[in-house]
Amino acid sequence: MTAALIIDLTLWGSVAALAFLVWRRGRVVLVSAAREGTMDFINIVPRIGLGVIGSGYIAAIIPQEVITGWLGPDSGWLGVLAAVLAGAATPGGPVVGFSIGAVALKVGGGPPQVIAYVVAWALFAFQRLILWEIPFMPAKFVWFRAAVSVPFPFLAAALAMAIGKP
Amino acid sequence: MIMIGVLVAVSATLVWRRDGIDGVLEILTHDLALFGGILPRVLAGCLLGAFITEVLPHEKVSRSLGPNSGLKGLLIGTAFGAILPGGPFTAYPVAAALLTVGADFGATIAMVVSWTLIGYGRAVAWELPILGVDFTLWRIVISLPIPVLAGALGRFVFVRMYPKGEPPS
Repeated sequence: MTAALIIDLTLWGSVAALAFLVWRRGRVVLVSAAREGTMDFINIVPRIGLGVIGSGYIAAIIPQEVITGWLGPDSGWLGVLAAVLAGAATPGGPVVGFSIGAVALKVGGGPPQVIAYVVAWALFAFQRLILWEIPFMPAKFVWFRAAVSVPFPFLAAALAMAIGKP
Repeated sequence: MIMIGVLVAVSATLVWRRDGIDGVLEILTHDLALFGGILPRVLAGCLLGAFITEVLPHEKVSRSLGPNSGLKGLLIGTAFGAILPGGPFTAYPVAAALLTVGADFGATIAMVVSWTLIGYGRAVAWELPILGVDFTLWRIVISLPIPVLAGALGRFVFVRMYPKGEPPS
C-alpha cells in the first residue's frame, strides 16, 4: 500500500507544482488549463472504463501456461520470435508479464528469450496499447511507435546472448 | 473503440460459457474496483498534461525536442521518460502534451520507450520483487540504448513516410 501512496503523493505533488507555475501566469490561464484537463479526463473515462473492465475478460481467456511454454529452453532465435509474439499477446497490467517471465526462468526458459519477452511486453503489449496508449495519444502516433519498436526485443535478445548472463 | 468492445464482448462470452455467471461477475467486480482506484490518477495525469502544455514554452520545446533536435533531443526525451513519476496515467498524457507543444515523433518515442523500459517506477515496484535484482539490472542495462535507437529509427522512418512533414494529428 505504501508504494501506491508514494505514487499518489508524487503524482499530486507534481500536479500541484505545475498548477502553481500555471497560476503565476494568471488565474484565468489556470482555470482554462484545469478545465481543459478535466475535459480530457471526461472524454477518456469511458474508453479507460471499457479497457480496464474488459481487460479482465481478455486476460481470463488467454491461458498463461501456453505463453510460458513458448519460452522454452535453448529455443534459439525461433524461441526469441515466439517470445516476442507472446510478449505482444500478454495482457498488460504491471504484474502479469514479469510473473510469466519469472515462471519461464524457473522452468528453464532461456534468459535471452525471457529478456525478449519482457522487453516486447513492455514495448507493445497489445492490450496496453489499446487500453492506455490509444485513449491518451493520437492513434497514428501509437501505431507508428509500436511499429518502430518491433526490432528492439530482438536487439535486446542479441545483446543478452552477446554479453551473457551476469 | 468498436473493435475493443467486440473483443471484450467475445471474451466475456467465453468466460461466461466456461465459468458461468459467477465467473463473469467476479471479474466484473474486481475490475470495477480497479477502475475506481485508477480514476483519480487518470484525472491527475490529464491535469498534468494540460498544465505542461501551458507551462512549456513552445519554441523552446520544438527547438530541443523537435525534428531537428538531433541526438540531443533523443537523449532529453530518454532522460525525461526515465525520471517521469507515476504510471501510464501520467506517461501518456505527458507524451501527448509534448507532441502538442512541438516535440517530434522521434523524441516522443524515445520518451515513451524510455519510460516503459528504464523508468524506475515499474522496475522498483514490480520487476525487482518478481524477477530479482540480478535479472532486473541486467535487463535495464541491455535496454539502455533502446530508447535512443527507437527514437532515431522513428525519425528515420517518419521523414520517409511524411516527406512534407505532415503534422501528427
